[in-house]
Amino acid sequence: MKKKAFSSVMTLALAGGLILGGCSSSTGSNGESSSGDKTVVKMMHLWPEGSSNAQYTIVDDIITAYEKENPDVDIQTEILGNEQYKEKVKVLSASNELPDVGITWAAGYMKPFVDGKMFAPLDDIAKEDNFVAGTLDAFSVDEKPYAVPLELNITPVYYNKEIFEKYSLEAPKTYDEFLNVVETLADNKVTPITLGNKDRWTGSMWYMYLADRIGGPEALNNAINRSGSFEDPALVQAAEEIDKLVKMGAFVKGYNGLSNDEAKGYFMNEQAAMYLMATWELPNYTTTPDVSQEFKDKVGYFKFPTYEGGKGDIDSYVGGPGVGLFVSEQSKVKDEAKEFVSYLVEEWGKRSVVDAGVIPATVVDTSNSELHPMYIDILNDLGNATNLTLYADVQMSAGVADVHLNQIQALFGGQTTPEEFAKTQEEALAAEK
Amino acid sequence: MKNVMSNKYVIALYTLPALLLILTLIYIPIVLSGYYGFMDWDGIGEMTFIGLDNYITLIQDKLFWTSTYHSFLLAIFSTASLLLYLAISLVLASKIKGSDLLRKIYLIPMLLSSVAIAQLWMKIFDPTNGMANKLLEMFGVENTPIWLADPDIALYAIFIPVIWQFAGFYILIYYAALKNVPDEIIEAAKIDGASSLQIAYKIKLPLISGIFKVTIMLAVVGSLKYFDLIYVMTGGGPNGASEVMASYMYKEAFKLNNFGYGSAIGFGLLVIALFMTWLISKLTKSKDDVQF
Repeated sequence: MKKKAFSSVMTLALAGGLILGGCSSSTGSNGESSSGDKTVVKMMHLWPEGSSNAQYTIVDDIITAYEKENPDVDIQTEILGNEQYKEKVKVLSASNELPDVGITWAAGYMKPFVDGKMFAPLDDIAKEDNFVAGTLDAFSVDEKPYAVPLELNITPVYYNKEIFEKYSLEAPKTYDEFLNVVETLADNKVTPITLGNKDRWTGSMWYMYLADRIGGPEALNNAINRSGSFEDPALVQAAEEIDKLVKMGAFVKGYNGLSNDEAKGYFMNEQAAMYLMATWELPNYTTTPDVSQEFKDKVGYFKFPTYEGGKGDIDSYVGGPGVGLFVSEQSKVKDEAKEFVSYLVEEWGKRSVVDAGVIPATVVDTSNSELHPMYIDILNDLGNATNLTLYADVQMSAGVADVHLNQIQALFGGQTTPEEFAKTQEEALAAEK
Repeated sequence: MKNVMSNKYVIALYTLPALLLILTLIYIPIVLSGYYGFMDWDGIGEMTFIGLDNYITLIQDKLFWTSTYHSFLLAIFSTASLLLYLAISLVLASKIKGSDLLRKIYLIPMLLSSVAIAQLWMKIFDPTNGMANKLLEMFGVENTPIWLADPDIALYAIFIPVIWQFAGFYILIYYAALKNVPDEIIEAAKIDGASSLQIAYKIKLPLISGIFKVTIMLAVVGSLKYFDLIYVMTGGGPNGASEVMASYMYKEAFKLNNFGYGSAIGFGLLVIALFMTWLISKLTKSKDDVQF
């Protein structure tokens, strides 16, 4: 009997610890707001020194400069990687412990926070004219901005020029040329494309491009905003093309088990020829001092090729504003936090271009600076863009996005058919309305 | 002293700190999570009472039962591996050369944090550059598995580090228990001509059967609520192939903003774990627990 009681208590303890684990997250940020006579502003961001060195350095420099100008303010940062950051912010907001300043994604990701009154409206510091058209809108709910955008990204395909030259390949302009590149590389036992599809949004970008090139930007957008259907022939055909790529051996071995960072390693170590990723990767190929110049010189990029008979043109991109800065509604130092945010955004705009090769969401004059040629090319492409389609999982609400992302993983893994893939997502989207 | 300890108020006073801790850290959260299970709540905004809806969804949720099945698979594997741990401890306890050093080596994984273990094994399982596949290639295997990316083997691939991770803990328990078996009994058996196998089977094992039952309980309950390596190594993927109850709960609550439903899953997990504890203690009950 005694043992039974003991074990019951034990079980309760174990299970209880688990349930509790979620609620009792680490840092208490709202408690103390001033240490000594300094005002403490807590900030969380997602650029660790190791993997996003350029962005990390800019933020760090800006903070140092700000603290120098405002000796009574102390900015304390907490830094996490992308996926961990996304989740930690939700945990913190559930327990009302959001940092004073933090990073958020646009649209669907941000909406619950705004509905739950966790983010402070920033209409007083965000002026429309300071930002590239459309970027502020992505962070606005009912015409009011709740975060200010930092980056603007488009998604080119990066490739290793040396590998391409070795097999006398050229950057493809049409999808048939692209398939030829993939086939040649695969025949020569070179991994054509590296892809970290454990994170799922990575595979989604491939699918989004194919959907765009085949059905035009409307096809996918209409399916998501419910004026169309996910069972649109173009969207099914895009899924068939993915299936075809998988069967050709286009993607790195075990892509469904690799995270984006792991997959990136294959490209950086020249074990894979191509890598589709947004322009936040540009610093690694242009400015980051940790990457050897020899490798940087080998990297080129091309626009996702056009599909024969498809409606999408080559200047349409998957992309949009990346992340933005929010100020917590609960913050006890809201004014200081807002002031810091507007300073950071402005400085970010100035420095990110020159120092990091990141494209800012703020309007910046770049005529006087000496820039990396690849960066200027991308900037020109952005200027000529006919369309920017925001990442599908950011457009959708959390629940539907999860269905989409799981279906992406299943499609790449050959666990579903293109028809099944489209049908499941159509059902999820329809069920929501 | 005796008078003080028999005073009911003193007993109450002395147990109060522990009681308070258990109440605030364990029982109240359990009740609360049961309560949140009745709510439609995204974790950020307002809660709405929706009665039993979450629990009804839970019972009909195929994904939940798949993840439950995976958790039970893990429980079966880790219980089976107890026999392996026991065999190792029997060898270690029989005074072989270097047993001290070996015991320390087995204990090392226990000293590593789960995330470090997960990172280590992710490197081992890397399909192109990983140690596992390099070894297989050395032996001439051509179609090396893709481990964590293959829905058919991802779950089992994670079982390997899990079993490796807990080896030290259980070996330590068994080793201590075996060392507690009185030497006189074993010497007496030796004089009577028992072989070392006979001693192991007929004397040592029956004498530590109580400990063995406790470890079964620990292994089963620990497996049912298991989370860390799975979360870090695959995140429950690919496409749910390695999802277990705890990772499913986490995903619903923190990734999909369904705190209400996540709490209901947590409560379901608690009920299942409690039921299993009851079942195991009933199945392993025996009247002749040996005392020495």
